[in-house]
Amino acid sequence: MSERESMYNEQGQVVGIKAPIYLKYNFTAGAAAARFLQQVKKGVLTGQRCPKCQQVYTPPRGACAACGVATEEEVRLSDKATVQSFTIVSIPIPNNPIKPPYIIANLVPDGANISFIHLMSECVNEEVHIGQRVQAVWKPQEEWDYAMDNIRYFKPLDEPDVPPEKIGKIPVTGWEG
Amino acid sequence: MRDIAIVAYQQSDIVPDAGAANEVEILMPVLKRTFAQVGINNAQDVDFVCSGSCDYLQGAAFSFVLGVDALGAVPPIKESHVEMDAAWALYESILKIRMGHADSALVYGFGKSSPGELPIVLSQQLDPYYLAPLWVDSVSLAAMQARLMLDKGLITEHDMAEVVSRSRRNARNNPHAQLAGDVSPQDVLAEETFVSPLRRSDCCPVSDGACAVVIATVEQARQWGVPYALISGIDHCIETHHIGMRDLTDSPSTRRAAANAGVRNGRIDVAELYAPFSHQEIILSRALELGADTSVNPSGGVLAGNLMMASGLSRIGEVFNRIVAGEAQRGVAHATSGPCLQHNLVTVLERAEKA
Repeated sequence: MSERESMYNEQGQVVGIKAPIYLKYNFTAGAAAARFLQQVKKGVLTGQRCPKCQQVYTPPRGACAACGVATEEEVRLSDKATVQSFTIVSIPIPNNPIKPPYIIANLVPDGANISFIHLMSECVNEEVHIGQRVQAVWKPQEEWDYAMDNIRYFKPLDEPDVPPEKIGKIPVTGWEG
Repeated sequence: MRDIAIVAYQQSDIVPDAGAANEVEILMPVLKRTFAQVGINNAQDVDFVCSGSCDYLQGAAFSFVLGVDALGAVPPIKESHVEMDAAWALYESILKIRMGHADSALVYGFGKSSPGELPIVLSQQLDPYYLAPLWVDSVSLAAMQARLMLDKGLITEHDMAEVVSRSRRNARNNPHAQLAGDVSPQDVLAEETFVSPLRRSDCCPVSDGACAVVIATVEQARQWGVPYALISGIDHCIETHHIGMRDLTDSPSTRRAAANAGVRNGRIDVAELYAPFSHQEIILSRALELGADTSVNPSGGVLAGNLMMASGLSRIGEVFNRIVAGEAQRGVAHATSGPCLQHNLVTVLERAEKA
């Protein structure tokens, strides 16, 4: 059946037309996101602190969504983090090069109060748990770009677990246990 | 029925390119000033929030959700959105207050049109079977409308140039305007045509920015103790999407909305009209039957800068400014949407009798 014929059904009704849309945009991520990505290019994770509630957001979007105020203070973060939540993905996702099963985790880097999502690897999937300590595994420096996948994934650290009430409250200097 | 008033209006500078700033970053300073004008902290201090924006402008899906970051939405707030100019968000908010579901509302609109090719982007709001696949852009459609007006002898190119000249001159008093200056009709007529018969100056520029308004019941406005202007009438009407069926030389939807909003129930000191093309200001002035006693677009109108999804709300805000400044007793604000003035909203604002 040709493509043109596929636009008709057996009753001869037109059931579709082709009207592809091409629109070109000079898209910008936002001033806050641009600053974050410039630091990621250098292998540094940063956040922004809310002047009102003092929470540190990463990746920052320029605003504290809770208080509705601009977040201007830049804060340097650790690449060590704590697992806040996770899931084991067992089905292949189209266009995703990672072979299942793999782990997507909600991680709070030390020095921040809000989690971001990244991958976990070099771990036994069944042993991953909330409160687990992890650290970023970076790509070789020459491959760093303005992108979160400069970090390949996070791998477990040999550190004591963080109790649930302390997750998201670890200083940038790290977790003493 | 409960009387509803506007108590605050703020807008950003209208700029050709907001650079790296995203929606929230454009919006936040405007909302901060709006809250300050009322003396409130954030969106927690109003009963309802409604915004207007369109993801096609900058090519970002759900960009209005990012806009919520500017509100302080913890604990949760009652929030709504229209994929339209924020003047229609104001309309929704008025209904909410009239029904007694809220006593106050924050209304805001924002648009970052610079990342895309706006006239082409707007072609995708047309009929999806017959027109959108042809990529008929908004400037070309307006040019056909202007051609119709000229050939029927309803306007002259000099009339259009006078609209541009007045806009540029009025905009000199508008600190937020993108285009302002001492431009004569002769200067405009000396320009080359852009999309015939339109010259570049006959067309509004492409702009980035945002604006916000707070409305409330009169009781709430008095409690806040801030100057306010009454919204005495509002209505909107739409014409068919089939351009060939419309009389493009008139705006019957504006006429009908104006009648329903009670525009003729008193003198009109000021009118702010959302006319993205010079000839459309003439169509609208005639549809609203404005006389010489009405000051039209003292802000410069959208020929001086056009914030897509916010310019309609800005027109209402500009009339509010004139009334609370004591420069006008009564005014009409117009907002439009769609090609060649397809959809029109008319709002009447009046000075409060005694606060």
